[in-house]
Amino acid sequence: MLQIKNLHAIVEGKEILKGIDLEVNAGEIHAIMGPNGSGKSTLASVLAGNPRFEVTRGSITFNGKDLLDMEAEDRAREGLFLSFQYPVEIPGVSMVNFMRAAVNEQRKYKDEDPISASDFLKLMRDKRELLGMDSQLLNRSVNEGFSGGEKKKNEIFQMAMLNPALSILDETDSGLDIDALKIVAAGVKKLHTKENATIVITHFQRLLEYIKPDFVHVLYAGKIIKSGGADLALELEERGYDWVINP
Amino acid sequence: MIEQQYIDLFQQFRNEIDQNSVAGMNAARNAAFETFARIGFPTSSQEDYRHSNIILAFDADLGLNLRNIPIPVNPYDAFKCDVPDLSTHLHFLINDRYYDKIQSAENLPEGVFIGCMQTFAEKYPDIFARYYAKIADYSNNGTVAYNTMFAQDGFMVYVPKNTVIEKPLQLINILRGGVDLNVNRRILIIAEENAQVKILTCDHTVDNVHFVVTQVTEIFADVSSQIDFYELEDNSAKVTRLNSVFSEQRENSTVTTSGITLHNGYTRNNYRFRLLGQHAEAHVGGLAICDKTQHIDNFVFLDHVAPHCTSHELFKTILNDSATGVFCGKILVEKDAQKTQAYQTNRNLCASENARMFSKPQLEIYADDVKCSHGLTTGHLNDDALFYMRARGIDKDEARLLLMVAFTRDVVDLVRIDSLQERLIHLIDKRFRGESTRCGDCGVIC
Repeated sequence: MLQIKNLHAIVEGKEILKGIDLEVNAGEIHAIMGPNGSGKSTLASVLAGNPRFEVTRGSITFNGKDLLDMEAEDRAREGLFLSFQYPVEIPGVSMVNFMRAAVNEQRKYKDEDPISASDFLKLMRDKRELLGMDSQLLNRSVNEGFSGGEKKKNEIFQMAMLNPALSILDETDSGLDIDALKIVAAGVKKLHTKENATIVITHFQRLLEYIKPDFVHVLYAGKIIKSGGADLALELEERGYDWVINP
Repeated sequence: MIEQQYIDLFQQFRNEIDQNSVAGMNAARNAAFETFARIGFPTSSQEDYRHSNIILAFDADLGLNLRNIPIPVNPYDAFKCDVPDLSTHLHFLINDRYYDKIQSAENLPEGVFIGCMQTFAEKYPDIFARYYAKIADYSNNGTVAYNTMFAQDGFMVYVPKNTVIEKPLQLINILRGGVDLNVNRRILIIAEENAQVKILTCDHTVDNVHFVVTQVTEIFADVSSQIDFYELEDNSAKVTRLNSVFSEQRENSTVTTSGITLHNGYTRNNYRFRLLGQHAEAHVGGLAICDKTQHIDNFVFLDHVAPHCTSHELFKTILNDSATGVFCGKILVEKDAQKTQAYQTNRNLCASENARMFSKPQLEIYADDVKCSHGLTTGHLNDDALFYMRARGIDKDEARLLLMVAFTRDVVDLVRIDSLQERLIHLIDKRFRGESTRCGDCGVIC
């Protein structure tokens, strides 16, 4: 589904990613771990097409297409979803209008008619219940006045609404208390199928207790320096990163 | 001197001007003329007009319809307004004349007068003389003096004591003409003690010639009255609109205004609100959406004379292409106006590199126990919000549009007519999409 080859990227003139290789197939869950400043969030931003980051070398293929050739909106319509580490507040744009626009843009891309009002409301209700979100939140402006936990739930709610092929969860566990973490993790698990894939970016093992990864990668100084199975996350939790960085 | 041709015109045609107007309006001309001949139009050398050299608009060969030659038009045929269903009864000013061919079947409460200014001035000369050209102080404002010299008719709203007009009134101002024209309109709104009225005016252009419009609105809100006055400008790019709103308020009255510039050419809105009685409240809103080379200048003067009064100002500007915007918000708290609360907010969005915004808050406070604040920002669309929306598959242009519409939202929320709010949201959306907001076949290229 996703092939990243020798990816280099810079932000404000500074090279953050220094040659990343990664392959993700349908049905897989990958965890990317690593200390602060190793380039985890940069990788997520580059995949989503944030214009602040510039790719200087390498390639990314997504479902056989050149991802780097696509605008951010087309990547989303192709089925790539980024759950933001810091979801943005957009005063004046209601959640309902925002979600309807997003759903309909995706449908338009697939040559489908806009969703009917009743189908849309039903979809919203089903997905909201999946995440145990307060219905009042959806009557508000996007993320405006949401608590940290509500914002993260809202990201997974949007993921559920858009049903992406590849989800990238950027530090979705940060700022969540243990109950919210369980709900969010259960939501992500429920959305995972044989047809889609998930990349979980996290500092901690905590989230991975609920979402068991097939592969764990350690990102350090812009490169993947070690890959392994779910056990690697446990080992990192126990021993820290030092033994991987300075073997 | 640009003024000379108008001074000559006034002296030469004084009889025609008077004959085609009424005694109540004619009575104000001499003094206005004297002032105008002395001070002329404001120029950009004056601080308050630094970014709007309005006098240039008068340096042209403009016709004035002083003899009231009828313009053959049925406004219902010529024009469909895009804000329907506000009231079943519409009023029209064609250029500067009240259009009286419509048989009004309105069942208004007793004593209420809504309609032709000339008729009212003849019918109630005493009331008219008490207010007309009294609230609109032209002593240092040549544009208002000019308007007072030439204005021959206008729109009149008179609501007597303890009377509430339930349905919002709608006045549609239409600009029509075969040659370049100068139009001088007048509006007078009086709400007596405990009276309530809501008024929406919509400005539209039907013909593709240059118009230079002066419009003077006087609002008098007596004790415990409530007046809502909303203006929606949707003119062609060839219109220069020099608009002045003067409001005076007595105890416990509330005046709510909002000036929305949806499409325009060159606009200067002058507002002056005087809070003369204790516990009076003024809510003053403004929104302008400009692109191409359009120009908007909102000049707001809030004069807190009496204690315990409140004013809220919220002005927003969205500029695209090479448009220019100006905002000046003056708050004067006079020495007796203790316990004043005055709040001013001005937010501007420059959505292109060539758009320019000039903004200036000005507070003069002579009382020592007051709460005053002002906030001013001018910026671009939020890049993080744009990316967030694009990351959900929303097109870049659509995301920009959603953000711009969102930016206008709190000004629209100030409007206290629900159906108008809904309509405004729709019109603003259409405006940003570049769709014509009105009659598709009017032939005016905006």
